[in-house]
Amino acid sequence: MGIVEAKDLTYEYIRRDEEGNVEGITRAVDEVSFHIQPGEFIAILGHNGSGKSTLAKHINAILYPTEGTIWVDGMDTQDEKQLWNVRQTAGMVFQNPDNQIIGQVVEEDVGFGPENMGIPTEEIWQRVEESLRAVGMYQFRKYSPNKLSGGQKQRVSIAGVLAMHPKCIVLDEPTAMLDPNGRKEVIRAVRGLNQVEGVTVILITHYMEEIVHADHVFVMDQGKIAMEGTPREIFSQVDRLQDLRLDVPQVTLLAYELQNRGLPLPDGILTTEELVQALGL
Amino acid sequence: MLRDITLGQYYQTESCIHRLDPRVKLGGTILFILSLFFFQNALGYAVAVLFLGIVIRLSHVPFKYMVRGMKSILFLLLLTVVFNLFLTQGTPLVTIWKLTVTWEGVELALTMAVRLTMLIIGSSIMTLTTTPNNLTDGMEKMMRPLKIFKIPVHEVAMMMSIALRFIPILLEETDKIMKAQIARGADFESGSLIKRAKALVPLLVPLFISAFRRANDLAMAMESRCYRGGEGRTKMKPLIYKKRDFAAYTCILVYLVVGIGLGRLVLPFSLWNPGMMP
Repeated sequence: MGIVEAKDLTYEYIRRDEEGNVEGITRAVDEVSFHIQPGEFIAILGHNGSGKSTLAKHINAILYPTEGTIWVDGMDTQDEKQLWNVRQTAGMVFQNPDNQIIGQVVEEDVGFGPENMGIPTEEIWQRVEESLRAVGMYQFRKYSPNKLSGGQKQRVSIAGVLAMHPKCIVLDEPTAMLDPNGRKEVIRAVRGLNQVEGVTVILITHYMEEIVHADHVFVMDQGKIAMEGTPREIFSQVDRLQDLRLDVPQVTLLAYELQNRGLPLPDGILTTEELVQALGL
Repeated sequence: MLRDITLGQYYQTESCIHRLDPRVKLGGTILFILSLFFFQNALGYAVAVLFLGIVIRLSHVPFKYMVRGMKSILFLLLLTVVFNLFLTQGTPLVTIWKLTVTWEGVELALTMAVRLTMLIIGSSIMTLTTTPNNLTDGMEKMMRPLKIFKIPVHEVAMMMSIALRFIPILLEETDKIMKAQIARGADFESGSLIKRAKALVPLLVPLFISAFRRANDLAMAMESRCYRGGEGRTKMKPLIYKKRDFAAYTCILVYLVVGIGLGRLVLPFSLWNPGMMP
């Protein structure tokens, strides 16, 4: 069994008018099934309103499926007895770094999760140190979060989740509010976790550059998984991606256009180096 | 610039007072304030001044910082003095126009002034040497017995510390919204009081909406990090009494015994016994 597994997962938002009558039902997630192996780096891609964030919140048991089931490490998220185990197994990082940091000092914030889990004091300190080192924020441990940059704050949030020793981290558009430098910092930290610590990563994003290193990509559209495959497989279908209102990375687009004009290039070029090599420059 | 504001009035430095357990400082301050109301002669106040002086020296906080805190209550202090001076019945001392200053009035005014000053300085030592966070922690632990009366001590402490974390963020946001409104022609500075109050509406509405949104996000983030109230929670920085804390408690006790012991003696001159008025 995979670390996260979904079967016919469906979630409906019920819209109500001012008197509380049901106005309409929106299916944010529509009969989605997938399974994710431990240690994988998964990217979930989609434009706004495609249902990707709603899907993410199911993995952490913040939302429960209207129909279907989702299992995290074999636990059904609807099983109330397992609720805290589910949340500890699948940690979650949100979009706005300011709205998820609780502590007034970096190290206190990272310690918040372990404190809630009832970990003994000495072990909390040990975990805080490890986690801060893993995201490269150890030298900032005594800082107030208000004095950090967006990328640094987001790395603190990741450390906060890491300190709970999760098997899987779900990042819900962690870079959406950051500048390009902050984005790079965060993605580097996330890749590090996946490769060095072996944590399963589920990265939700609408930036195509960030999924280049993923093992597997899901593209969502209107609550359904519209495309699925390795980044290379996904990027080789430039037309399809543009139909789904997603921006293809510049290099990939260039390679695609060159290919259309008759240059013999392989499908799904992802980085500048690859293109340079393929062109034999 | 708003990111740098310090909350409360914590003064960052190294001293033995700073290192004390917040519970000692909290308890000590309360005992000190109470002691001021037990004195019946000037000797008691002298002991209190001496004790306060030593604590101030030990805290390494410049004296002018404490005096700065006094400015805000200067008016209150003057008012108390003036009222006591002129409105106390007793043996007349001087008469100016229709107002009479009495001996008793002078005594009472002096006592009140000294009491108020010491009360303010005494409590500001606590806030100057303890971080707000630490203070919240101390309060939570001290109030824990109140749980029997179903008072949500942990929750209140958690709310206080979250409020402390979000004040700078919300201030910054206010600044941002204000600038956005000014850029579109809003006027927050001129006009009558009512007009200015009305101008605040377009500032407060978006601020409240954003605060609610933040609260919602934060609650979700806390839940996803397994927060489920104070039950079964461990502490990363638990409050544990150390030797110096017991030493500090002993000092406070000695002060109380000496201060109240001397402060309640009846001295031969009536002026020195302000609490013992006829």
